[in-house]
Amino acid sequence: MVKPSRSYRVFQGVNGVVLTLVVLVTLYPFTNILARSFSGERQIRAGEVTLLPKGFNLTTYKIVFQDEMFWRNYGNTVLYTVVATAVAMVLTTCYAYVLSKKNLKGRGVLVGVAVFTMFFTGGLIPNYILVTSLGLKNSVWAIALPNAISVFNLLVMKAFFENLPTELEEAAQIDGLSTYGTLFRIVLPLSKAVVATMVLFYSVSFWNSWFSAFLYMDRTDLMPVTVYLRNLIQGATGGGNAGAGTEQLSQVAANIQSVTIVLTALPILCVYPFVQRYFVSGVMLGAVKG
Amino acid sequence: MSTSTTSAPPGTEDSPPARAAPRRRGRAPARTGWRRALRRDWQLYSLAVLPLLFFLVFRYLPMIGNVIAFRRFEPGGSIFGEDWVGLRYVEMFLSDPTFWQVFRNTLWIGGLTLLFCFPVPIVLALLLNEVRRRSLKRFVQSVSYLPHFLSIVIVAGITMQMLASDGPVNHVLGWLGHEPVRFIQEPEWFRTIYVGSEIWQTAGWGTILYLAALTTIDEDLYEAARIDGANRWQQIWHVTLPGIRPTMVTLLILNIGTFMVVGFEKVLLLYNPLTYPTADVISTYVYRSGVESNSFSYAAAIGLFEAIIGLVLITSANQLSRRTVGTSLW
Repeated sequence: MVKPSRSYRVFQGVNGVVLTLVVLVTLYPFTNILARSFSGERQIRAGEVTLLPKGFNLTTYKIVFQDEMFWRNYGNTVLYTVVATAVAMVLTTCYAYVLSKKNLKGRGVLVGVAVFTMFFTGGLIPNYILVTSLGLKNSVWAIALPNAISVFNLLVMKAFFENLPTELEEAAQIDGLSTYGTLFRIVLPLSKAVVATMVLFYSVSFWNSWFSAFLYMDRTDLMPVTVYLRNLIQGATGGGNAGAGTEQLSQVAANIQSVTIVLTALPILCVYPFVQRYFVSGVMLGAVKG
Repeated sequence: MSTSTTSAPPGTEDSPPARAAPRRRGRAPARTGWRRALRRDWQLYSLAVLPLLFFLVFRYLPMIGNVIAFRRFEPGGSIFGEDWVGLRYVEMFLSDPTFWQVFRNTLWIGGLTLLFCFPVPIVLALLLNEVRRRSLKRFVQSVSYLPHFLSIVIVAGITMQMLASDGPVNHVLGWLGHEPVRFIQEPEWFRTIYVGSEIWQTAGWGTILYLAALTTIDEDLYEAARIDGANRWQQIWHVTLPGIRPTMVTLLILNIGTFMVVGFEKVLLLYNPLTYPTADVISTYVYRSGVESNSFSYAAAIGLFEAIIGLVLITSANQLSRRTVGTSLW
C-alpha cells in the first residue's frame, strides 16, 4: 500500500551491493585456494591464479596422495573424531538426561558444577601437567577425555530433554521400565534430532581440532591431518614431515599447502550444505535456554 | 583444600536455575533428605557418576593444580608441586620485560578485536534483515557461516596463502604499482591480519543470534512506529536496536570475559619470532615458557593471573550491565 520511498530504494540498492561484497570476500579465498591446488607452480609464482586454475595439472595432488604420512594422519583424524565423539556423546547424553529431571534432589548443584567451568578454567599449564601425568600422552584419550563434555552442548541437550512430554516417561515407568530402559527405549528414540545435532557439533569440532594433538602427540605418525597441515604451514621449506622427495616437495610447497587445505576441508564442505540448518537451530535453542 | 574449592562454585551457581524454576523448591518431600532421594533415583544418580568424574578430574583438578604457581614444581613429581615458594613466580613475571610486552600486546589485540569484531555482526544482521527475497537472504547467510566451520589451521593456512608474496593481495598491490609486502614477517601488519581474519571467520556466524533476536520483535511495534510517522531509519533506531539490545549486551559481556584469552590458537599459528614484538600474547607466552621451556610454575603463575583478570572482567561487566541496562548473564 505504502510505496517505498526513494531513499529506501537507494538503501536497498546499496544493501544489495554490500551483501554481494560480503559474499565475494567470503568465497574468494576458497575459490582461489581451490584454483591454486590445480595450478602450475610457475603460474602461481607469477600471481596469475585468481578464480580459475592456470596451467591445469594434478601433479600436486599426486604428490600428496603418494605421501604415506598424509594418509596415515588423515586416518588418525577419522579415528580420533569417531572415538572422541562417541565418548563425548555418552557422557553428554547421560548428564543432560540427569539434569533434565526437574524433581531430582541436588540438581541445582549438578548444573552449577558444569556451568561454573564456562567462566573459569584451570588453564593450559595445569591441564598439560595433568594429562601428562595421567599417562595419556600419545594416545587418543589425550584428545577424547579432556574435551568430553562441552557445557554448551550439554545445555542444548538438557533443554531438549526438558521439552519432551513427561507423560510418555511416566507411562513407561508405570509399565515397569527402569530409568535406563526409559532413557534408551523412550527418550533417545524421541530425541533423534538433538542427538544428530550433537553428533554433528562434536564431530566437526574434533575434526577441526589440532591443539590437543599438537600438545600431547610426540610422534608424527600419531598426528591428525590438521597438525600435518600446521607443520606444512609453519615449516618455511614446506613438506616438513614428509619423507621422500624433499627437494621436489619444497619446490611446490605453496601448491601442497593448497592441496592439503582443500583435502582437509573437503569432508566439512561436503556435509556443510546438509547440516548447516541443524547447527543453526541448535545454536538458537542454546541461545534461548542457555 | 580440595573440598572447599570444588564445592564453592556449585554453591555460587546454585541460585540461577533455582530462581528460574521456583516451583521445584516446594520442598515437602525433599526435606526428608538424601537417603530417600538416593533410594528413589539411584539409577539417575548413577548416570551422573562418569560425567561428574570428568568434571572433577579434567576441570576442577586443573583449577586446584594452579597452586603450582606458588609451589616449586618438578617434572615427574606431584602435579601440585613440591614445596611452597610464596609469590616468587608472581614477582618474577612482574619484573620480566617480556611479560609486560605480551601484556600490552594482549590488551591491544583484545581491544581491537572487541572494537571491530563485536559491531560487524550487528550491522550485518541489520542489513540481512532488510533483504526481502528470502532465497537471497538464506544464500548470503549460508555463505557467511561457512568459514566458521573450518579448522583454525585451515583459516591460518588460507590467510597465509592470501598474503603470501605470490598471493592475491600482493598481486593487487602489484597492479597498483606497489612493491610486494611480506605481511607475515612484518610486526606492524600482525594486528591488522589478526583482526581481519577474525572478522572474515566470525562475522557471518555472529549474526545468527541477532537474526534470531530480530525475529522475536513484535511486528505491531513497527506498525505503531509507522503510524507515528517514523521512517525506516527511525524504525531501526527506535524499534529494532532496542529489540536486540539484550542479545547485544549478553554477547558484549561474554566478549569482555574472553578479552584476555585472545585467540590463542590463531596467534600460535600465525606468529613467528619476527612478529613477536606485536603478536606475542599472554597465552602464547605461557605456552612457550611452560610447555616449550619447562618453566611450569612460572607459566602457571602467568596463566592464573590471566584467568583471574578474565574472571574479574566478566563479573564487573555483568554487574555494570545489570545496574545500567538491566540485562545480565546471572
